Amino acid sequence: MTEGTTTMADTTPGLRLAALTKSLGGRRIVDSLALDVHPGEMLALLGPSGCGKTTTLRMIAGFLSPDAGRVEIAGRDVTALGPERRPSAMVFQQYALWPHMTVFRNVAYPLRVRGVDRHEITRRVDEVLALVHLTHHRDSRPAQISGGEQQRVALARALVQQPDLLLLDEPLSNLDAKLRVQVREEIRTLQRSLGITTIIVTHDQDEALSISDRIAVMHDGRIEQVSTPSELYARPATEFVAQFVGSVNSYEGVLRDGAVRPGPGTIAIRPEHIEFRLEARDGALPAVVRSVVPRGHFHEVVLEREDVTLRAYMTGRIPDEGTRGWARVQQALRYRDGHLQEVVEGQA
Amino acid sequence: MNARRALREIGIGALAIALMAFILGPILWLGAHAFATSWTFPRLSADGWTTHWWHEVFADSALAGAIRTSLLITPVVVLISAVICLPAAYAIGRHSFPGRRLFLIGMFAANAFPKIGLFASLAALFYAMNLMGTVIGIVIVQLLGTIVFMTWIPASAFAAVPRSLEEAARDAGASRLTVFRTITLRLAMPSILVAVIMSFLASFDEAQGSYLVGAPNIYTMPTEMYALVENYPIQVAAVFSILLSVPSVILIGLARQHIIGGRLAEGFQIR
Ligand SMILES: Nc1ncnc2c1ncn2[C@@H]1O[C@H](COP(=O)(O)OP(=O)(O)OP(=O)(O)O)[C@@H](O)[C@H]1O
Ligand SMILES: [Mg+2]
Repeated sequence: MTEGTTTMADTTPGLRLAALTKSLGGRRIVDSLALDVHPGEMLALLGPSGCGKTTTLRMIAGFLSPDAGRVEIAGRDVTALGPERRPSAMVFQQYALWPHMTVFRNVAYPLRVRGVDRHEITRRVDEVLALVHLTHHRDSRPAQISGGEQQRVALARALVQQPDLLLLDEPLSNLDAKLRVQVREEIRTLQRSLGITTIIVTHDQDEALSISDRIAVMHDGRIEQVSTPSELYARPATEFVAQFVGSVNSYEGVLRDGAVRPGPGTIAIRPEHIEFRLEARDGALPAVVRSVVPRGHFHEVVLEREDVTLRAYMTGRIPDEGTRGWARVQQALRYRDGHLQEVVEGQA
Repeated sequence: MNARRALREIGIGALAIALMAFILGPILWLGAHAFATSWTFPRLSADGWTTHWWHEVFADSALAGAIRTSLLITPVVVLISAVICLPAAYAIGRHSFPGRRLFLIGMFAANAFPKIGLFASLAALFYAMNLMGTVIGIVIVQLLGTIVFMTWIPASAFAAVPRSLEEAARDAGASRLTVFRTITLRLAMPSILVAVIMSFLASFDEAQGSYLVGAPNIYTMPTEMYALVENYPIQVAAVFSILLSVPSVILIGLARQHIIGGRLAEGFQIR
């Protein structure tokens, strides 16, 4: 899956969006969006509420037709096709299970409308139900099973179609926190073993970082950056990405001798890249602890220096409020016109 | 404590019996008269028992004719009403179009006022069109009373079908028509059955308009009742009333068992 090492012929993307554009209610919701998803890859579409994620997904699935641009699934242009003729399958946010059908019937529906033979249907549905551990609920109605189980029925209904592309619209947002982690692992394992090209829409960065091969960060109808989770975190291409994925202290100015000084551009510092100690050292400036807030497995400490106030994440020995010491920036991101210029290491 | 509880239960029991007597009393009275030879006033029970009145009703050509007319006209009215109103209900439930509100309010208003005024003006029109005293005229007049049921109830049912359920079906590979058949219509079906039953009863029990348009050529069961009360013994009227209530009892029984009890709730996930 490394880019640029294979020839053009075998890099037909699992999904290609080209200059996709859509206006709704007189507003441009998706703005000439371009995106390639590799075959077999799990890509998270991450962005704040209202940035156009669902709109994009609905254009991929065929429920909305774009004003301009193209949707290609596995090398085939499907822009003009209705949802029933696209090789994609979607898991809806509210699951959208049919209340008048049993679990078995729900999962069998896609095969029945395609005229698959009865024995074949039974075989394939039972196989998929076993895959998502729902065999015992085969004859239950959706209303009789839990949210997590409903979610798995929706997933089974998509998988039984053996789609070229799996679309998940915030599939975990209706589950409680613990179940969410469990189900997202299950989805990830299934997706890997079946090798289905998958897009998962989410506004939860933890979810995106933990489940996907790559993340596309969306903002105001455009994609700001597409990268692996670690690359995205280490080198956020734009200020928006830096702020949206993880958390940053951000200042107008430049970093000189470890201090933020007036200058062109913006400096962004991740809270975990601030080091506070009692003794003076190179690049460290005098700082006083203003507040300490426990945040679970770390503490959020606000440090006041003569140049700026810094929010730092600390573990281990936590200083008391009012403690005087020295704070040093270990790493900073320098932006010019919103775009990343360089990652500044140490006191340089 | 215990005594008060017992007293309360006795009170509730007495109330229930009083209510039963109020509801069931007239029905029992009717039932008794349908089988009574005669009934002299101060006596608590009939002078004798017979099925004679039932034979008389079915043998009387006017009465039997009214039964036949009703059983013919009502299904026709319900069918026509469904064919006309259900597509309209779907349009009202799923689409917004100019004049939609006006249409809904208009339909409601037409049913809110006493119908006799409407019928009187219709009569003038029917005379001009030679529809007075015809089956078609009665069908039209009865149709009017079913429209409100056949449009409002299914319209809200169509509106209540979540779009995502239809989209999920499209996504699963179903054509628009298949989606309508297997998802939309299926989920709206319990409400449509309710609408059919309400329309059937509205048509079957309609008397004012049918009398105005039909009499003296054509009598349905309810319009025949008018003549009956004046010209036949009270026992015949009792028999006829019971016959008149048979469809209502059957249909409401069906509705209770199959619709309110389970299917309606299942369709809309309200329990
Ligand atoms: N039919 C419509 N008419 C007008 N505006 C719409 C329509 N559908 C969506 N929008 C607007 O488009 C914007 C993007 O909507 P979309 O649902 O794609 O956002 P999203 O990224 O999925 O957000 P969320 O995380 O809240 O689900 C929103 O501001 C929304 O109000
Ligand atoms: Mg959304």
